[in-house]
Amino acid sequence: MTASPARPRHLLDFADWTPERLSALLDNADTMSQVLDRPVRKVPALQGLTVCTAFFENSTRTRVSFELAARRMSADVVSFAAGASSLGKGESLRDTVEVLTAYRVDAYVVRHHAAGAAHLVARYSGKPVINAGDGRRAHPTQALLDAYTVRQEYGSLSGKTVAIVGDVRHSRVARSNVELLPKLGAKVVLCGPATLLPADLAALPGVTLTTDPREAVRGAHAVMALRLQQERMSGGYLASLQEYAEHYQVNERLMREAENGAIVLHPGPMNRDLEISADVADGPRSRILRQVDNGQAVRMSVLYHLLVGRE
Amino acid sequence: MTPKATILTADEVRRALTRIAHEIIERNKGAEQLALIGIHTRGIPLAARLAHKLGELEGVAVPTGMLDITLYRDDLSEVAHQPIIRETQVPFDLARRRVVLVDDVLFTGRTVRAALDALIDLGRPESIQLAVLVDRGHRELPIRADYVGKNLPTARTEVVKVKLAETDGVDLVELHDLETLQ
Repeated sequence: MTASPARPRHLLDFADWTPERLSALLDNADTMSQVLDRPVRKVPALQGLTVCTAFFENSTRTRVSFELAARRMSADVVSFAAGASSLGKGESLRDTVEVLTAYRVDAYVVRHHAAGAAHLVARYSGKPVINAGDGRRAHPTQALLDAYTVRQEYGSLSGKTVAIVGDVRHSRVARSNVELLPKLGAKVVLCGPATLLPADLAALPGVTLTTDPREAVRGAHAVMALRLQQERMSGGYLASLQEYAEHYQVNERLMREAENGAIVLHPGPMNRDLEISADVADGPRSRILRQVDNGQAVRMSVLYHLLVGRE
Repeated sequence: MTPKATILTADEVRRALTRIAHEIIERNKGAEQLALIGIHTRGIPLAARLAHKLGELEGVAVPTGMLDITLYRDDLSEVAHQPIIRETQVPFDLARRRVVLVDDVLFTGRTVRAALDALIDLGRPESIQLAVLVDRGHRELPIRADYVGKNLPTARTEVVKVKLAETDGVDLVELHDLETLQ
């Protein structure tokens, strides 16, 4: 009998996660979702444990979603905002993490503008770490909730096609989805202006690239619009926002090219009428608010997987 | 895996459940307001069978549900790997119901404690009773069953294996030595 690979200690990206473990994680998210529908939306599974949400970059939905997820599982939550911390006095990330660990924090949820920061926290804390977004590199729980939302719609990801349209270059969500969705049996089509579409991603299994949005959405079961991350652009990527919207906006006209019943996703926050039209964002195909709702269940499942049980 | 002893045959399982059904009716003066909730895994078919018998005896359709207690266990840090979380389904209002929790084996009482917590989070039943096919003793908590198919004094080194047609293809209760199972 082949020994099953070791259980991943962290969720930094999906490199250590087998398709089986990822499927189990999404299966358990179903149960967590049921918990959220009960009169008492809380279970004692993580009672006695402390989760630290360490956000070195602005976030509303991801931080709130993680904090609620931890509290729904009865964990204590300590929230650490970089702006109000001793980092401003010159303390290093390593020292900050070691101090928090000395307070007996059991797990970290880390968001940072620098790629690899979550790895650093994992090394110096010795505790399970969940990457809640590091630079342009990865945002694994967002990809998981995207996958979960598509699976909820179709029952399975196997054989499904997800078109991701927009600013792929600056999107950690796109990078995590490119890593995750093919592992679960789905194909990914990445689409955007050539300046925002890193050619190296075409080499990944299950991934194709195109600059033609109509070609991208044709046959897609889900279309994900990406936020145009102007704050990360130093210029020269786009001729104009108007031109971008004209060609790459996910709107009714573009969605007519997609599969009948194809759903629309957006990782948020949205620039309405730029990368997505308001009528599509609020329309019957939209699963954007369901993504937000699913985020809590998926993050409960991630915390459960990393904090419960032993090797 | 030869068992040390057969505790209940298929006929004896059937008779034990019939007797429990009668006791439930007698204690509750009928089957109105009752609900049966089986604890994963083998409590679920046992609850379904009891509901069927109550229906035959009283002409009342007793609602049934299923309860997974994984998220309520107090020993999760001692469990190797992640336990699989299964479905909890209680598709009726628990308020003013007399709920009978159903499980196959009553041992330390920790599963039942977790089930009580889980159930109370789902609603506020009028009362909760406990029915088990086998009570093997060794309680670690002050919990006792209201309905018992078979009281079976066991050693800690023994294992009671309940097999049911729905899950194992046959109705049988066996006693094994722990070391022969490992």
